[in-house]
Amino acid sequence: MHAISEQIFKPISRAAYLFHRRWIKGITIGKILLYVFMIGLVFFTAAPIIFVTSTAFKPLDELFLYPPRFFVMKPTLKNFSDLLIATDSSLVPFTRYLFNSVFTTVAVVFFSVVVCSMGAFIISKYKLPGMGFIFAVVISTLMFPPQVTSIPTYFVVSNLAILNTYWALILPKLAVPYNLFLVKQFMDQIPDQTLEAARVDGANEWTMFWKIVMPFVKPAWMTVVIFSFIATWNDFASPLIYTTSETMKTLPLAMLGVSNGTVGRMGAAAAGAFVTVAPSIILFILMQRQVMDTMSHSGIKS
Amino acid sequence: MNEHKIKYLMLAPFLILFVMFYIVPVLSSIALSFTYYNMLQPPRWIGLANYRVLFLEDDIFLIALKNTFAFAIVTGPLSYFLSFFFAWVINNLRFSNAFALAFYAPSITSSVALAVVWTYIFSADRYGLINKVLIDYGMIDRPIIWLANPNYMLYVVMFVSLWMSMGAGFLVFLAGLRNVPADLYEAGDIDGIRNKFQQMWLITLPMMKPQLLFGAVMAIVASFAVFDIAVALTGMPSANYAAHTIVAHLYDYAFIRFELGYASAISVVLFLLTFTLGRISMRIFSSKDE
Repeated sequence: MHAISEQIFKPISRAAYLFHRRWIKGITIGKILLYVFMIGLVFFTAAPIIFVTSTAFKPLDELFLYPPRFFVMKPTLKNFSDLLIATDSSLVPFTRYLFNSVFTTVAVVFFSVVVCSMGAFIISKYKLPGMGFIFAVVISTLMFPPQVTSIPTYFVVSNLAILNTYWALILPKLAVPYNLFLVKQFMDQIPDQTLEAARVDGANEWTMFWKIVMPFVKPAWMTVVIFSFIATWNDFASPLIYTTSETMKTLPLAMLGVSNGTVGRMGAAAAGAFVTVAPSIILFILMQRQVMDTMSHSGIKS
Repeated sequence: MNEHKIKYLMLAPFLILFVMFYIVPVLSSIALSFTYYNMLQPPRWIGLANYRVLFLEDDIFLIALKNTFAFAIVTGPLSYFLSFFFAWVINNLRFSNAFALAFYAPSITSSVALAVVWTYIFSADRYGLINKVLIDYGMIDRPIIWLANPNYMLYVVMFVSLWMSMGAGFLVFLAGLRNVPADLYEAGDIDGIRNKFQQMWLITLPMMKPQLLFGAVMAIVASFAVFDIAVALTGMPSANYAAHTIVAHLYDYAFIRFELGYASAISVVLFLLTFTLGRISMRIFSSKDE
């Protein structure tokens, strides 16, 4: 009898002790105030995004309610169909902008990861002549705002005769110094012996890169995936500059057109903003852990 | 040479694209800045004339320079310190990943898409959120035209981009804080460190130097390159050029007036500005090492 009660109560008291130690011990008024303050601040930083999401689902009468409400009462999908109709009346359907955005973003993300990782691998692991110089130049270009080179880049793009094509939206964004730097910091940590052993087994650089190096630096290129996704998906400067035809425009540009339209488009504009913003946030939530692992290696060692 | 062939082949795609879209543009930008070029006629060498006009005659450029500096001086350091401070606070909290997401969210969203929200919040009529609150509490009796009034425009742009800039810097700092080995803090306690601030100054900050430098460079570049949020909020050009920035000026001459030699001179000035500040911050953060 005693043994049984021991068996029941010991785990319970242990659980209670652990619960107390983990959640309750050390709670002070100061700490509670800190949490309240931080949650308020989080609400402030997240408010516009919550507002966009809620407005995107608002029916017409709630959109023009005075005083305006923050949260939606009777959610509806009407704004999304409005968005399709509003943009259909112009030359190009909304789905075309969506396709352009998805296509260029996927292409940039995939090829940027491959191109930058291959470059980082060679620079990190092989002391070929000129590597130090190349890396120093890459580091210094980190400091230039991209707008500085927008005019000459326009000439390069126009001389390649790729204006108004998908190439113009993809090629200039592949060799990003920031991505190379991030991936290289990780590759520096791969022990040379691992690569040496693979070489003895007869692997060349190409197979080593795909079989050993890329799996090892997975967090690094996952981060590159997020960053180039965000940079390409949100970019409205390069489609504005490199394309003139309406069929090549991407979501952010189309959004500019919708939100500049009449007041009646408020709901459609919010729906469009929701469509534009949601993918980045979902992707970030899915990959947050990988990003956190990577960022701590990205400081510049000077 | 033959045994290195595959290595050069693997490096080639990056190198070719990097030279094509980074090195060639930077060098030709510098060359074009000494010419008059309108895209129709071939460039004509005019020496330093572009720079003379830029600093001595172009009043709007001086406004843009003033605005950009005002903007960079306020938002650059403020967003840098705020993102460090919040990274430090959040790192000590439970559920720090959820807090981190909420802080990072603004910077992963498209500024253009969210301009919809900001134009509602700062709307010029009584329906605008801020106007409504101010009127309800009797602080103003007529709505303020936030986004077209030269007195307020720059502050609104500062506020919005401060909110959006808690991005990459914040994440780098958070990861850097997590990277400081715990036994260093224990050793510090034994050596007589008394409070959190001493701990931060003597242990945390020196350990985080690479991340701090990285964040500083990002903050400098971002605050000098402000453009698209300003255009989305206040239009182009903004009333009285009150929210006109260097990059907006560059865009105006390059893609609206097609005076490319002059625009290149503007871009070289911007380039020198950020590069110098970047070097200075590299010096600051590395000199403490020795």
